[in-house]
Amino acid sequence: MAEKFDAIVVGAGPAGNSAAIVLARAGLKVLQLERGEYPGSKNVQGAILYAEALEQVIPNCRRQAPLERPIIEQRMWVLDDETYVGSNYRGVKKKDEPPTRYTVIRANVDRWMSKKATDAGVLLICEATVLDLIKQDGKVVGVRTDRVGGDIFADVVVLADGVNSLIATKAGLRPTIKAADVALAVKEMHFLPKEVIEQRFNIANDEGVVIEMFGKITKGMMGTAFLYTNRESIALGIGCMADDFKKGGITPYDMLDEMKKHPAIKPLIAGSEVKEYSAHLIPEGGYKAIPQVHGDGWVICGDSGGFVNAVHREGSNLAMASGRMAAETIIKLKEEGKPCTAPHLAAYRAALESSFVMKDLKKYKEMPEIFHANPQFFTTYPELLNKAAATMLKVDNVDKKTKQKEIAGEFVKRRSYLGMLGDAIKLVRSFR
Amino acid sequence: MSKVEEKLFENRYRVDEGRPHIAIINADVCEGKCTAKQCTYCCPAACYALEDGKVVLTTDGCLECGTCRVICDDHFNIEWSYPRGGFGILYKFG
Repeated sequence: MAEKFDAIVVGAGPAGNSAAIVLARAGLKVLQLERGEYPGSKNVQGAILYAEALEQVIPNCRRQAPLERPIIEQRMWVLDDETYVGSNYRGVKKKDEPPTRYTVIRANVDRWMSKKATDAGVLLICEATVLDLIKQDGKVVGVRTDRVGGDIFADVVVLADGVNSLIATKAGLRPTIKAADVALAVKEMHFLPKEVIEQRFNIANDEGVVIEMFGKITKGMMGTAFLYTNRESIALGIGCMADDFKKGGITPYDMLDEMKKHPAIKPLIAGSEVKEYSAHLIPEGGYKAIPQVHGDGWVICGDSGGFVNAVHREGSNLAMASGRMAAETIIKLKEEGKPCTAPHLAAYRAALESSFVMKDLKKYKEMPEIFHANPQFFTTYPELLNKAAATMLKVDNVDKKTKQKEIAGEFVKRRSYLGMLGDAIKLVRSFR
Repeated sequence: MSKVEEKLFENRYRVDEGRPHIAIINADVCEGKCTAKQCTYCCPAACYALEDGKVVLTTDGCLECGTCRVICDDHFNIEWSYPRGGFGILYKFG
């Protein structure tokens, strides 16, 4: 019989690393498998790190983690073809209240987190792709990889293998992810001198800006775009639902290049050197698309469980929290001498349900379908809002009441009274 | 070099020569039955090219996102797996 572990963790992203760290710190014998050359080499994120979720896994994380910039300012842009209407929130740094969001470079964070895992006693094997789960009498008892000789066994397998969730799908534990439930995002890393970034974004040495964007840039597809300031680089990306890309019209890379030509974005990245182009699926189906997350001898964490709050652009925090909760569930069962069966692992699901992970996903459970079926939120309204702003701000000897009428008339012409009422109800249903 | 090739040129890869991790199951289905051939315009790395009505797959520039797998849902004609451990895209920043 091959070596047996208390737990095997598949994947070394935020979910897998969180699970591995918590398990190992409790004294469990943990094997972690990562298919990349090093943790992070297969992972893609915007990326924003949510410190409070990490803090629960690695205390004092802010002092140690490879952070780029704390986010001091959030800009929200609604874009027409050449213009945008936006709103900003700029906070201040407070001594007794540390920031909760930081821009990060994902590969750096994963490597740093992974070091914490191995320091805690996790046996990490990189360059090992898990091919299959090993089942005995319906229970998952181990994994088969393409690297490590023979089969490896454990009491429980933590599947933190990412959005495609290939292993669980192959094992028949969940259906294949659907094109309607995932967004395809593409991103470029634009490098610029630190001072240039700080001047362009009106920030100091230790301050960062996030710009979240939606509107005509996604060409009628359901999607959003982002710009994050790192220390010496800007992450610029755009993503839309995969089934919208399937309908055709524009390739993901052309959409990204078109966005870079937008008059509001172009000057922000001018003169930059692009050093990487990445693509990734994001599980944005929300609550309704979440698969079974536990069973006999297995749990699913992070993106493979579909734990992404698309409205708030949160994912890595849900990943870390779910990884931690899965680990805590396993540790408790171990302490009580109970096997990792489906009824016992149901405590993991319960922990998710009573936390922000499922609560937030439930809150927005109607949103994905509503926005998917109503492209006017990404085309007509951004256009109308931009035109309204332009009309009101143009000083041309026309009285304001006439302008107001013109704007209202345009809204009614494009959407009708009934249409707007319906849209308002849809918005309430999406966000309540 | 096309625009997407220029982008991919910035990336690091360790190509598993002669062992592509994605395969078209039946080329006739792509050519004869699939009208949209959505893989040719959805793949963010342009791994799928249209040549004389045939879909030609080259996985060298693959970003391992999984898009082709999920959008080929009319004929389910793609066999998709990750590259062998250590091979494929090596993100520097991610």
